[in-house]
Amino acid sequence: MVDRSLELFECGHRACAGCGPAIAARLMLKAVGTNSIIVSSTGCMEVFSTPYPETAWKVPWIHSLFENASAVASGIEAALKRQGRSEKVVVIAGDGATFDIGMLCISGAFERGHDFTYICYDNEAYMNTGIQRSGATPYDASTTTSPAGKRSFGNKRPKKDMPQILAAHGAPYVATASISYPADLMQKIERALNTPGPCYVQVHTPCATGWGFESEQTMHVGKLAVETGLWVNYEMMDGKVTKVKKVVRKPVEEYLKVQKRFRHLFKPVRQDAEIATIQAQADRNAEKFGLDIKVKK
Amino acid sequence: MPLSVGCTARPGKARGNRTGAWRTFKPDFKHDKCTKCGQCILICPEGCVEQREDEYYYPDLTYCKGCGLCAEECPAEDVEMRKEEK
Amino acid sequence: MLKITEGSFAVADAVRLSRPGVIAAYPITPQTHIVERLAEMVADGELESEYITVESEFSALSACLGASAAGSRTYSATTSQGLALMYEVCFNVAGMRLPILMTIANRAMSAPLSIWNDQQDSISLRDSGWIQFYAEDNQEATDLHFIGYRAIEDHRVLLPAMVCFDGYILTHTYEPVDIPTEEEVNGYLPPFKPYQRLDAADPISFGMYATPEYYMEFRYEIDQAMQRANEVIIQAGKEFGEHFGREYGSLVESYRMDDADTALVAMGSVCGTIKDAIDELRSEGKKVGLVRLRTYRPFPTMELKKALDGVSRVAVLDRNISLGSKGAVGLEVKDALYGSGIVVLDYIVGLGGRDIRKKDIAAITALVVQGKGDMFYGLRTEVL
Ligand SMILES: Cc1ncc(C[n+]2csc(CCOP(=O)(O)OP(=O)(O)O)c2C)c(N)n1
Ligand SMILES: [Mg+2]
Repeated sequence: MVDRSLELFECGHRACAGCGPAIAARLMLKAVGTNSIIVSSTGCMEVFSTPYPETAWKVPWIHSLFENASAVASGIEAALKRQGRSEKVVVIAGDGATFDIGMLCISGAFERGHDFTYICYDNEAYMNTGIQRSGATPYDASTTTSPAGKRSFGNKRPKKDMPQILAAHGAPYVATASISYPADLMQKIERALNTPGPCYVQVHTPCATGWGFESEQTMHVGKLAVETGLWVNYEMMDGKVTKVKKVVRKPVEEYLKVQKRFRHLFKPVRQDAEIATIQAQADRNAEKFGLDIKVKK
Repeated sequence: MPLSVGCTARPGKARGNRTGAWRTFKPDFKHDKCTKCGQCILICPEGCVEQREDEYYYPDLTYCKGCGLCAEECPAEDVEMRKEEK
Repeated sequence: MLKITEGSFAVADAVRLSRPGVIAAYPITPQTHIVERLAEMVADGELESEYITVESEFSALSACLGASAAGSRTYSATTSQGLALMYEVCFNVAGMRLPILMTIANRAMSAPLSIWNDQQDSISLRDSGWIQFYAEDNQEATDLHFIGYRAIEDHRVLLPAMVCFDGYILTHTYEPVDIPTEEEVNGYLPPFKPYQRLDAADPISFGMYATPEYYMEFRYEIDQAMQRANEVIIQAGKEFGEHFGREYGSLVESYRMDDADTALVAMGSVCGTIKDAIDELRSEGKKVGLVRLRTYRPFPTMELKKALDGVSRVAVLDRNISLGSKGAVGLEVKDALYGSGIVVLDYIVGLGGRDIRKKDIAAITALVVQGKGDMFYGLRTEVL
């Protein structure tokens, strides 16, 4: 295990107060350690950490474009192999970079089987450009390109099942995690790093600015996502689910009502049908993953 | 300082950006109910909480943006947010 | 050793001899024979490279970017639609100052779809910060790979380069080409020494963003490197001559220019035809010569001016068109000769594989003497 007491992400970065992705960056680096090369995509994390010459990264780091991190990582991995070097190659990219515009490069890199770990920090929209929807935006979330309005309840589609897509590529290790469960997150990243081949970890990173909650609520909101069954923390090895974080489930509205992006479901009038649709998604998750802890009465 | 070739940089310069100036609330670590669990260090988005020789935690106010996560997440409720006096 | 070989195979040999650590490329006509041959070499153990069979040209150049930043010599090859797909990465590679070398098997841009030759593809990337070489024949295409790597890896340059040679006309043509031995190349092209690299032992951040306080100066630095490349390429070309006996000590080549009053300016394989046409025109007593550009970026303004000193008129043959304006080479020649009193006229020729014959060269020479130009030459008016 690497030395987790090391701080590899420097103070002075420009993330918003209470930034979930900033917490993800710190935790990830604790798990990854110094013998690594990080590849970032264009997005909040890249922007808040690297205005020239103020880099927050104390490990080798590279950013090229929005959509090519896994192709850049492929090249780095190949070069390291050729040179007989031992650094671990780790991508950390946003959900927009991962679910949408980077799909081609990701699919290619996973199919080719490069030895690298791809971490998606999922804040469920394009935050850097002003909170537009992505393929990771959940059903009914209001964003600047999926606004709730007189004829809209916000984003019309549920989140894309990215872990399943990568498992279908034959990825030996795929996991989901949340910054609200730091030990679990770090353990999963370490497992991904130590599994040869392309591995994927998708990390739920609540965004105070984009989702609309107070900065001190970041960890709490992340916990509620897991406790309501809307975000499931699980692991897959060779395509099979091997471990799931079980919960005593709370109703989804406890998660929804603390975020401005879902406010239209409660005000000016409560939208029972929409809330029920979201509850049904959580119920499906519960069934599919066996989420519920049976409480003895 | 002359520009680097290709817009690269070595670590260190980020610390020049003193984000503490953003703060409107500041954390008061009371060192009263603290159980030294380390949660505040782990979850601080700035990484600006440190443990000193006395084993207590201290925020570096040069960088603390006052998000309040340390106060919210402290299991012992040892941290309190106070309005910044400027 | 002199070998009768296809242009693509000669280039593949040049790449093998240049010892890239990482190759990433995606097949596209008429570049395919190069990447197929390289794959064979890797499969047979003749070439010890990581060959990444990417899923697109966009990833090909992105992978090269990563590999180069990690400190390996890298190579790719593409053309036309593939190069267009790399557009965003091209600017990125140059801005990050990564000396990646890429062969371009020049081909027209769609639409309409065409697999045949012109130079629109690479010309369209003229502003991206890549050095652009244009070869006249397969010997030169081969040699420019060695000269190219040597020049771009020089720490005074640190820019990527395209070695452009005409699709089909050169890629698929068998010619005798002198392929040097490993020892000979090793004596000329040293192992890649990166200026900086991704390395856990000395962490550096690559690809940071620049605020308005810094951006212009970074762009200026790239332009300065381009200016320095002029000299470095000439030097690398001269030293190439000392090692291999073939001289490339200039960014322009003059042919029968001594007493010329009319000059043609062009790039690429058409220059072979032009030279033959000039020999005939000369035998008729016409004082015509050729100035061939070996690089389009950096644009060899000074050398070109010198080579054209004393002529009355210049006809530029452009295998590209900046739609709504003129040919890209013509525009630059007009700029270089501005105020000299020399008449410069531009001719758009040979788009999408249209042949350029000796009689066309003679006709263009007659047109420029009459002062007629800045036009498409050789249009089939019957279909218009
Ligand atoms: C090719 C391209 N298209 C669009 C953009 C604009 N852009 C920059 S970042 C971004 C969104 C990033 O979203 P995500 O990956 O989710 O990261 P986040 O900012 O949310 O952390 C967009 C649309 C770009 N930089 N490049
Ligand atoms: Mg996002």
